[in-house]
Amino acid sequence: MLAKINLYLKSFLFLELLKGLSVTGRYFFRRKFTIQYPEQKTPISPRFRGLHALRRYANGEERCIACKLCEAVCPALAITIESEQREDGSRRTTRYDIDLFKCIYCGFCEEACPVDSIVETNVFEYHFENRGENIMTKEKLLEIGDRYEAQLAADKAADAPYR
Amino acid sequence: MPDIKNYTLNFGPQHPAAHGVLRLVLEMDGEVIERADPHIGLLHRGTEKLAETKPYNQTIGYMDRLDYVSMMCNEHGYVLAIEKLLGVEIPERAQYIRVMFDEITRILNHLMWIGTHALDVGAMTMFLYAFREREDLMDMYEAVSGARMHAAYYRPGGVARDLPETMPQYLESRWRSKKEADRLNQNRQGSLLDFAEDFVRRFPGYVDEYETLLTDNRIWKQRTVDIGVVSPERAYQLGFTGPMLRGSGVEWDIRKKQPYEVYDRVDFDIPVGTNGDCYDRYLVRIEEMRQSNHIIKQCIDWLRGNPGLVLTDNHKVAPPRREEIKADMEGLIHHFKLFTEGYTLPPGEVYTAIEHPKGEFGVYLISDGANKPYRVKVRAPGFAHLSSMNEMAQGHMLADVVAIIGTQDIVFGEIDR
Repeated sequence: MLAKINLYLKSFLFLELLKGLSVTGRYFFRRKFTIQYPEQKTPISPRFRGLHALRRYANGEERCIACKLCEAVCPALAITIESEQREDGSRRTTRYDIDLFKCIYCGFCEEACPVDSIVETNVFEYHFENRGENIMTKEKLLEIGDRYEAQLAADKAADAPYR
Repeated sequence: MPDIKNYTLNFGPQHPAAHGVLRLVLEMDGEVIERADPHIGLLHRGTEKLAETKPYNQTIGYMDRLDYVSMMCNEHGYVLAIEKLLGVEIPERAQYIRVMFDEITRILNHLMWIGTHALDVGAMTMFLYAFREREDLMDMYEAVSGARMHAAYYRPGGVARDLPETMPQYLESRWRSKKEADRLNQNRQGSLLDFAEDFVRRFPGYVDEYETLLTDNRIWKQRTVDIGVVSPERAYQLGFTGPMLRGSGVEWDIRKKQPYEVYDRVDFDIPVGTNGDCYDRYLVRIEEMRQSNHIIKQCIDWLRGNPGLVLTDNHKVAPPRREEIKADMEGLIHHFKLFTEGYTLPPGEVYTAIEHPKGEFGVYLISDGANKPYRVKVRAPGFAHLSSMNEMAQGHMLADVVAIIGTQDIVFGEIDR
């Protein structure tokens, strides 16, 4: 009998709905946890896999030795490499293309690279305006590498103990 | 009385409640469903066929994209199949890391499910709250693997890298004062394990909030109680697994019945429902989140005290460490060999199943001795669940179809593959 009255009261007084409202009500007055992107950014891990870049050594020499491991390991076949011997006898790429439409950002190229040349930066905001811009050529990749070298070196150093 | 004919209604594939690209052809009698005919295949990407053309490791990234809300669990099923056929031992620490991330993934999946299910049924707030917690879990994903979703973190022989000792921080900027950044960084001062522990401590409170909002709510109950009832016998016959089966009252969980990794060493319970309706399946999943939270806690405690290898040192399967390839000729040879050819599996076939958040996720793999699989077949739990759509929806109203799609926790990435 008592239980019945209890149930009747509960449903008549909208108790469970009011309890729910109290939860949402509390959040209404609490500090907001929204991140106002793009002004504010979320943290980015040093392992983040974003836009690709080709790095250079401190003396300006490009790291890539055209071993083609990244080309072999790429699951999406996004990387195309052609190589030739340079005048000084060293083996270098003449073409290093990454098709960003094909790339699945798995990070295997970075893992495969024995000289830490191809890396993935923490840049995830980029766009294309014309057809064909999705193909990252060697020049573009090296330029990205030059621009973000400080960040890249810091990220690689931070992650070195785990690799 | 005028003669009213049945009519056919096309639901989806672009309907917001269709969870992706489900197309349902509904034969209606007024507002009552006579027949529901799901049409699938709109997200078919040929993952299984694609896997036949690549060395084993290169498919890991595609496994993430099957059920794209429980990424690491898909990888787990796949790498487990390879390990079983290869007979490779994996370090204990890697097993604990895998269990921890499987459970993180389970919470991720169930949060996504509760958010969208409640949103479909009319509770907008749930969606926002669920995504708030997902953000923390995604940060853990990113901290270990470098990607918020498509992790490619599990490897045959262990996991790609050890858990990081530091968490990425919120930075001070023009729009965010030092004080504000410090407040946001409060739980990011320690390692990933500290961050995870902080989450584990907070999470039960959040689940209580979800329950306050939904469990007793009369609107929620009106929309879910006695909707899509499946009897235990029928659930067996339909090939249900996971929460769909447990909601019907069958105590079946691969983590308990056929333990893999270290599930036999962690303590957790299997929640089961009684009525087999949408509401029971909701309760089961809510309790599963609490149990997952409990498992994560145990994994954190173990991982704290037991540093060590996370990837097997059998370099025929897993690449050596960076310093080894730079200093050691043999290491470099292994590295080149693995990243060009990969490794070969002995000829044979293998089936492995894991308790995926949605049910039994199985991978059937045939090897002919090459470095690529001869055939990979993925057993997606959602496929069996979706094929019961007709039976579950029959006799219900049109609006209940939405609740049934929600309760089946359908993700098209895995159904269409």
